[in-house]
Amino acid sequence: MPDPSLAPLSDGVVAVLKRDCPTCTFVVPVLDELRQHGVLTAVFSQDDPQFPSGFDVIDDTDLRVSYHHDIDTVPTLLRVTGGVVTGRVEGWNQQQWQDFVGIEPLGAGLAPYRPGCGSLSVDPDRAIELAVRFEGSVLRSRRVEFASLEDEWEAMFDRGWSDGLPVVPPTPERVLRMLAGTSRSPDEIIATVPPDLVPVTVEKVAINAVLAGCKPEYLPIVLAAVAAACTDEFNMHGVLATTMSVGPVLVVNGPIRRDIGMNSAGNVLGQGNRANSTIGRALQLVIRNVGGGRPQGIDRAAHGNPGKIGLCFAEDEEASPWSALSHQFGYDAGVNTVTLFPGEAPHSIVDQLSRTPESLASSMAAVLTTMHHPKLVLGFDAIVVVGPEHARVFADAGWNRERVLDELNTRTIRPGSELARGVGGIAEGIPEHLASASLPKFRPNGLLLVHAGGGAGLFSAVIGGWANGTVGSQPVCTPIDSWR
Amino acid sequence: MALTVLDPSSERSITTRALVERPASLRGRTVGLLDISKPRGNVFLDQIEARLVEHGAIVRRYRKPTFTKPAPVDLRHEIATQCEVVIEALAD
Repeated sequence: MPDPSLAPLSDGVVAVLKRDCPTCTFVVPVLDELRQHGVLTAVFSQDDPQFPSGFDVIDDTDLRVSYHHDIDTVPTLLRVTGGVVTGRVEGWNQQQWQDFVGIEPLGAGLAPYRPGCGSLSVDPDRAIELAVRFEGSVLRSRRVEFASLEDEWEAMFDRGWSDGLPVVPPTPERVLRMLAGTSRSPDEIIATVPPDLVPVTVEKVAINAVLAGCKPEYLPIVLAAVAAACTDEFNMHGVLATTMSVGPVLVVNGPIRRDIGMNSAGNVLGQGNRANSTIGRALQLVIRNVGGGRPQGIDRAAHGNPGKIGLCFAEDEEASPWSALSHQFGYDAGVNTVTLFPGEAPHSIVDQLSRTPESLASSMAAVLTTMHHPKLVLGFDAIVVVGPEHARVFADAGWNRERVLDELNTRTIRPGSELARGVGGIAEGIPEHLASASLPKFRPNGLLLVHAGGGAGLFSAVIGGWANGTVGSQPVCTPIDSWR
Repeated sequence: MALTVLDPSSERSITTRALVERPASLRGRTVGLLDISKPRGNVFLDQIEARLVEHGAIVRRYRKPTFTKPAPVDLRHEIATQCEVVIEALAD
């Protein structure tokens, strides 16, 4: 990356060397030839300004010149024309050098080829330190310096940056490393975050991803999720401000699940997997820290749920008898997507005896009809997380995704006479004028099916939703790869 | 050495604005009532409207499209330009 503060190189041929490189020592006589021909205009040394002796060496031990001119290997010859680098050769290759400077012979009597050594400016041990020193200026966020006697972990709690669990200190080094997870510019604004309606940059999301404990390779999912959450469609403002217990639930599809090691198997909705545990948390920390959405503040949840720390999991596509959840939203297999759903805490469907799909579908339907309240219908969507042992019962009978959804929808239709307000001595229920209708529990496309869970156990899980449709929140499925 | 970190917050500071002085009387004043579209909110606001009218206020009624989203900018502007007094409340 060009640095405007960096003095332009003098026109001619410029050499970059380090003493601790046998090839650099080896080519010193050749550099002397170039000097005698009057083409060598500058020599930079990365580790010793006295090397090579007898030359007017420029000290680059701070690696500023090497870093900004992307030196990968030493020795490197740069051709500089009008202050701009217009060509380079690396290592020692007699023919290349001769062609490069247009002088022949060069290095007569020397072996014609020697590979160079790694430039100190790309030393893995120093890469992040150099990035912060030379590119830290791309980071626009306010620097907060803790007092020397302050414990950094406590300091972050004290500043209100935590959701109640420890957060990772977002040092410039860690944030730059996180930003390596995306090709997006740190200053790109990707969403307006409720409730304070704050424009959020890639950098701010990266900072919160560090806090959450994410790895850089998770960042594209976090960015996609933040952008999707802040759409009018998903309505994160409402999901946050509601008195109901919901929070954003994230389901990941596509090969990225495997690439970053997400869990879609045993304990899929529980603890123990870093990607599952931190991606949803990063989104929630963005809402908290950037958007200003805090419990008992604009977050008006009466109870909330443990998943509001962050609930993210992957579908088990490999062992699934069905197409992926993302297919329900029109995406082909193999496309990386994240689906956002406004969900409550998962609860179980226990059925260890059904061996026919009809029995199991009726069993699941019986549980689904009780979701939120047995007498309330159509207002809430749900994710059914079908465990592998339950899925096998359907698959053995040839029921595909559409068939399972159809059967569940059909089996959750109830007569309005059982649901009306006051029926059964329960005031809650649907308005009396609907009592003569037959009513489905879910609106069309209101049930989402995900295949996930451990290989043993005849169980599934339900994640109940929030006010659905344009009144409340729509599940949003969004591709991830454009955020890489 | 003291640790330096990057601020994860919006870096905004809260602006405080002084409240407008309360009117001594509502007589002849235009009062806005915003229905947030929660069920039966209209029942409650009908009663409030009747009480305000008894006190000589001129009442204007407004309605948000849905209780789950903030009032649209145009609606907030409409209320701000048409009313002298606003009763802000939540219902559930």
